[in-house]
Amino acid sequence: MSEQHGFVRRYVFSTDHKTIGIQYILTGLLMALAGGLLATLIRLQLGWPDHQWLFLSRLLPKGMPSGVMTPEFYLAVVTMHGTIMVFFFISYVLVSGFGNYLVPLQVGARDMAFPFLNMLSYWIAFLAAGVMLASFFVEGGAAAAGWTAYPPLSAVSSAVPGSQMGQTIWILSMALFIASFTMSGLNIVATVFSVRAPGMWMMRLPLTVWSYFIASILGLLAFPPLTAAAVMLLLDRHFGTSFFLPSGMVIGNTHLTNTGGSPLLWQHLFWFLGHPEVYVLILPALGVACDIIPAFTRKPVFGYRMSVWCLMAVGCLSMIVWGHHMFVSGMSPFTGEYFSLVTLTITVPMTIFGVNMLASLWGAKLQLRVPMMFSLGVLALFGSGGFGGLFLGNATADMQLHDTYFVVGHFHMMIGGVTLLATFGAIYFWFPKMFGRMMNETLGKLHFWTTFLPFFTIFFMQHFLGLQGAPRRYYAFTAYDYLQKTRGQNLIISIAAMILVSSQCVFAINFVWSLFKGRVAEANPWGATTLEWTVPSPPPHGNFGNMPVVERWAYEYGVQTVDGDFAVQTVPSQIAPVSA
Amino acid sequence: MPSPDSHAHPRFARHATLLALMFAATGIGGVVYGARAWMPELASRHGAGIDSMLTYLLVSVGGLFLVSYLALAYFIWRGGRRTAIGPRFASRRTERALSIALGVGMAIIAEGGVLAIGMPVWAEYFDAAPPADAIVIDVTAQQFMWNVRYPGPDGVFGRTEPRLIDDTTNPIGMDRTDPAGKDDIITLNEITVPFGRAVRIRLHSKDVIHSFFLPNFRVKQDAVPGMTPEVVFFPTKTGHFEIACAELCGLAHYRMRGFFNVVPPADFDTWLHKQQESQ
Repeated sequence: MSEQHGFVRRYVFSTDHKTIGIQYILTGLLMALAGGLLATLIRLQLGWPDHQWLFLSRLLPKGMPSGVMTPEFYLAVVTMHGTIMVFFFISYVLVSGFGNYLVPLQVGARDMAFPFLNMLSYWIAFLAAGVMLASFFVEGGAAAAGWTAYPPLSAVSSAVPGSQMGQTIWILSMALFIASFTMSGLNIVATVFSVRAPGMWMMRLPLTVWSYFIASILGLLAFPPLTAAAVMLLLDRHFGTSFFLPSGMVIGNTHLTNTGGSPLLWQHLFWFLGHPEVYVLILPALGVACDIIPAFTRKPVFGYRMSVWCLMAVGCLSMIVWGHHMFVSGMSPFTGEYFSLVTLTITVPMTIFGVNMLASLWGAKLQLRVPMMFSLGVLALFGSGGFGGLFLGNATADMQLHDTYFVVGHFHMMIGGVTLLATFGAIYFWFPKMFGRMMNETLGKLHFWTTFLPFFTIFFMQHFLGLQGAPRRYYAFTAYDYLQKTRGQNLIISIAAMILVSSQCVFAINFVWSLFKGRVAEANPWGATTLEWTVPSPPPHGNFGNMPVVERWAYEYGVQTVDGDFAVQTVPSQIAPVSA
Repeated sequence: MPSPDSHAHPRFARHATLLALMFAATGIGGVVYGARAWMPELASRHGAGIDSMLTYLLVSVGGLFLVSYLALAYFIWRGGRRTAIGPRFASRRTERALSIALGVGMAIIAEGGVLAIGMPVWAEYFDAAPPADAIVIDVTAQQFMWNVRYPGPDGVFGRTEPRLIDDTTNPIGMDRTDPAGKDDIITLNEITVPFGRAVRIRLHSKDVIHSFFLPNFRVKQDAVPGMTPEVVFFPTKTGHFEIACAELCGLAHYRMRGFFNVVPPADFDTWLHKQQESQ
């Protein structure tokens, strides 16, 4: 496997899963920059609704003429922030990026099961990201119907400016994204199934691999309905069909000729994907944190087998709870009660999983390095995000909270915060493996403190904006008397958001500086046990010299070997007793 | 392979204390911040049930949140001081007992809340037959206003036809040939109801999805084109309240504001009469 390739085959059109993983990560981080700047614009508008930002009027003459954002630009920004962060940041960096990088290494394979498909999936993903960004520049601006793209708003071009060309581009980009994500998911599932090293039984897999495996299966099952829905939406928009458009609609005094469609059909199809999708994002975050934690507690994770079963249970349950996004949509209220009860069933495996993570700290000899701090942050946000879910999964409580900032706060804690902190934790943890250099510890700590505290403040406070009845996707809270008292809270949230965004510069500087100047990393700088730490940093093409033979599970910490207080998965049983 | 820092380092201990304090402060601070009356003033009968559901959740979840953040803080503080790890494994029994206890505990808190508090409220709100004396109002949402219609003295709404809609002359498409519609009363962005009677609102939408949100009445229902969902509730306070749109409907979504007035029955008759005059 030591083929020599030229620059282009090695770094651009590479079929090496490590290169592709890093390509995904870098693409996703650039998209995060875009998504983060959009978030900054949102917070500028909500914190200082009438302020004239003159320098921004020069940068964005169409969106912010005279320095105040127009409502059409605001809605486009909100829509694109959500779309980019969910599909083009977290999905790329955490799911496809680290999934690609880690899964073959951790199962002991030389590459993914289908290396060419893998390359194809990355380049389609790259194209999807480019197309999505380009939609800002078309007539009417980027899509503005929210990342959930509910028709008729998203289906009728006169309903909102973003539903002109922008929404079409949005659909096309999503189609590319889904194609790419399906290939990548298929590859991960096939890799875990078929190319594990000898001795790597399923119940010896690191939780990282388990989480990617289950997330990928979920993605494969859940994305097809969205694909179908996107095709129908495209047909409704351009070819006169009426999948989502009922009879008798009048928009802007124009009578539409559509008959017989149902706007609710989109919501069902969208959330049939949408709910599993949040687990596609969050399970890898939890899996990664579960593997980082024992390296810094120096003892095995608590309840490994139970955690695996919990991941599977959550995966199954996530497919049958989508209706909890639709309690007040006009769907039958009786189904509302069903969806409440099954949704809250998810708390059972998730609680056990979360407590297993917490109990992994029990009896620990804690070493607070940067990846560990971020993993503890993951645990904390997973707790508070999960608690918010108890409110929203409950139909009766949701009647007041639906479509308010409570929802915004909740999902940012989960698919915003848990995933963001896990992404950072993963970058600090595996950076030495990827690039052969350590990241700076002091800057990393500074980054943690200035990320966790503002993040928690922002989204914790947003829950209470929701309790006060502040609806989401509002351009300003100035039109209502009952929302006047949210003014000060929005200001604090916006200030915290500015700190959060600025703090990411520390990360960017650390990342770039460490690439070139970081301390050179050994093969196993953290004393961790999984297979990627048995090969040099960065690993050579083909990963392993001799194929590894796995002798034990992934959490053999707290045993004495020549390496220290741990045994990597290849250490035979004669040297240290095998726990699993 | 060189071993990583294998003994407790004072650096880790100091840092652990700091991080533990931060998580403890976050947990305590969160509960202190949350423990106040956040909800808008309550003005409906079923809303009391929704509020008790929310109170139950705020109290139980607040407790869980505090306990878990303090536990996290303790583990971090304690772990930073250890020079050797504790037992590597808990016994199978401990693991199983912990999982069962927590799973069942959470199920009781989460599902118990739905079954004991949530379902009765849900049933009262959706399932009870609307009282015969309820005042029936037709609300048609459009970008970006609420068209309100009362049936008038005959108590019967006139026919409407979407093809008759004209935004300036006939915003909800009234069929002028229908005698039942002659006395219908139409207002814009303003609903007034008499205190002491249930309110029954039939929701329509002409264009995109809107959501009829009365924060004070704990009422929220999407208005979906092609559907006619109904909401029934019983005001318990007189006063002037606001209607908000809670589903993204376009550019002026954030100011699709309406007014909901609950007035004494005598004032209602006067108001209705005045509206009829001005039709």
